[in-house]
Amino acid sequence: MKIRAQIGKVLNLDKCIGCHTCSVTCKNVWTSRQGVEYAWFNNVETKPGVGYPKRWEDQKVWNGGWERKKNGDITPKMGGKFRLLAKIFANPDLPEIDDYYEPFTFEYERLQKAPEGKHVPTARAHSVLTGKKMDAPEWGPNWEEILGGEFEKRRVDYNFQDIQADIYGQFENTFMMYLPRLCEHCLNPTCIAACPSAAIYKREEDGIVLIDQDKCRGWRMCVSGCPYKKIYFNWQSGKSEKCTFCYPRIEAGEPTVCAETCVGRIRYLGVMLYDADRIKEAASVEDEQDLYQAQCDIFLDPHDPKIIAQAKKDGVPDAWIKAAQNSPVYKMAMEWKVALPLHPEYRTLPMVWYIPPLSPITNAAENGQIEMNGVIPDVSKLRIPVKYLANLLTAGKEEPVINALERMIAMREFMRAKNVEGVKDLKILERVGLDEVTLDDMYQIMALANYEDRFVIPTNHREYSGETPYDSEIAFNTRSSCGFSFGDGCSGDVGKVSLFGSKTHKNTMSGKIEKFSAD
Amino acid sequence: MSADYINQFLFQFYPYITLVVFVVGSALRYDRDQYSWKADSSQLLRKKGMRLGNNLFHIGIIGLLFGHAVGLLTPSWIYHYVITTETKQLIAMSVGGFFGALTFVGMSILIYRRLFDARIRATSKPADIMILLVLYAQLILGLISIFYSAKDLEGNTMTAMGNWAQHIVTFRGGAADFVMQAPLIFKLHLVLGMSLFLLFPFTRLVHVFSGFAAPIKYLWRTGYQIVRKRG
Repeated sequence: MKIRAQIGKVLNLDKCIGCHTCSVTCKNVWTSRQGVEYAWFNNVETKPGVGYPKRWEDQKVWNGGWERKKNGDITPKMGGKFRLLAKIFANPDLPEIDDYYEPFTFEYERLQKAPEGKHVPTARAHSVLTGKKMDAPEWGPNWEEILGGEFEKRRVDYNFQDIQADIYGQFENTFMMYLPRLCEHCLNPTCIAACPSAAIYKREEDGIVLIDQDKCRGWRMCVSGCPYKKIYFNWQSGKSEKCTFCYPRIEAGEPTVCAETCVGRIRYLGVMLYDADRIKEAASVEDEQDLYQAQCDIFLDPHDPKIIAQAKKDGVPDAWIKAAQNSPVYKMAMEWKVALPLHPEYRTLPMVWYIPPLSPITNAAENGQIEMNGVIPDVSKLRIPVKYLANLLTAGKEEPVINALERMIAMREFMRAKNVEGVKDLKILERVGLDEVTLDDMYQIMALANYEDRFVIPTNHREYSGETPYDSEIAFNTRSSCGFSFGDGCSGDVGKVSLFGSKTHKNTMSGKIEKFSAD
Repeated sequence: MSADYINQFLFQFYPYITLVVFVVGSALRYDRDQYSWKADSSQLLRKKGMRLGNNLFHIGIIGLLFGHAVGLLTPSWIYHYVITTETKQLIAMSVGGFFGALTFVGMSILIYRRLFDARIRATSKPADIMILLVLYAQLILGLISIFYSAKDLEGNTMTAMGNWAQHIVTFRGGAADFVMQAPLIFKLHLVLGMSLFLLFPFTRLVHVFSGFAAPIKYLWRTGYQIVRKRG
């Protein structure tokens, strides 16, 4: 057993209002530079829909994630090392920028500076790539916002597998939900596996997956390897970039920007302990529908004295073990079983989990009565088909989704009875296998969702000076270092272009059109 | 300036200037500005033409690179154990012609793409276009030289080139004398070839190093995953 700790994340989709605050704050902090205008480390999609980039979930199209071979071994779906290297000159599995969208800006200046004329001046869209006018933007990170576009296009959604999708195109049966997406910081990442330069790595201390910008050579295999399409190729710098999980904030014990600014308070961050020796075993189980359970099986109980002793031996700091014991992520994923992984069938063991959304009971209005399954409403009558959620979160296995939904309904029913009628209806709790103490905790964390309950993040203890196994670095040495920079940042080069042709970075959110052509 | 002086400069001293810049420049770039060290692929912006063009170009040019290295640097007393000079001349012409043709088709596609695709043109750095055109010119010179070689099946020029290259890399004087009498097309090919070494550290060509290093490192890696320890 080798115990490692990771900061995991849970998104409570039941509370997501699709406001895109997470996307915008992330954009402002991380991708407001030339070359990544089209990249959204965090974006919010409306489901059902094909998403951004188009059809990212369908690995028949992109060959992302892992594939289990007959002998029980797993290799990247793109191919083993030789096959992958054979794709290095022209990668057939790489999306084109139009699969995301051609980045654009508007000619805002015209609104103020156009000469007086018969018509109101307009600000046309201009391509950031060519500087030329565009007829119209054609896709984006939230293109299908609130079911935008015709159903025919959205019904190719991968999650409609084994579902008679056509009836959901009818107005009466239509359903929707939001899906905020970011890098999953997987336990078994295909991006790392696919990188010939060994530029991508997982940090031992907190599990954050990063791309070494100096070591990246731009072979762009990671873009294809990642089944979530959360690695973006910066066309200006020629390097791949991805969500950093706001590691400078996490190290200081602060939540990621997307989580900090989430107005719906849907995001949770907490420590998970897991057995690193069993990653491969968990990712290789034969039946895709067992992957969710297999991943749960390698998470470790932070209250178990044996686990605590081993974790200490493996160098997990005490503060991290304590954080794991109070981790909202552990509670929701492991104790209450309400949070589920996103597409476990990719075999990457993702670490950003989702609580499935409740939705209205479809025929309640018609019948004037809600169909019950025992003491709680029947979840199969929810507007969002359980099968759809199962395809999204558990490789199609419905039981875990039903269990999660029923527990959430039970929490509402119980609290309503308690607060409105003053009755503690313990039958509801029995029905879903919860007790009152647990339910109170669930209510505290999931419904009230106070800041300190959502974010239990131990600091990285950069200030320690190298006595413990985890603090081999002498903090004093990093004092006054140049910190986060691009390339030769420490030299203080001020030229616009270096001798070797690397450009200095500039903000592209100024509304100025680069290479403006006066056509 | 006498023709002799120019010849001495171009074939005796220029090779060392270019090699020093190649080695020192690449080392400095690796050390000081690795963030700029990349293949600089534009496939994301335009897929069309990449699969055919880029594969042909790379397979062709890697073939040419190794062909030139082996052909120029193997001393005649070694290859004479296996083949005669005449046979080597024929092999050089046919193998070079084959890979040259692949490269030519591939590069033509890539140059068309780079110059006439609005997106690729707009996002190209001047150096991207320059290096592509220089390589293309070098390739065409090389392909034309095959016709000259066909008139010289005894392989005199080839042997002279080999002697020149071997004298240069072993730091022997009088290297330039070997190529004095070579047809102009070969001299142009040599000068432009050496100039490529000069340009190498300042362009995307540096990814050639990584292109050889990365696969070795990748195949050598045990398993797939990489975990970095702190500090």
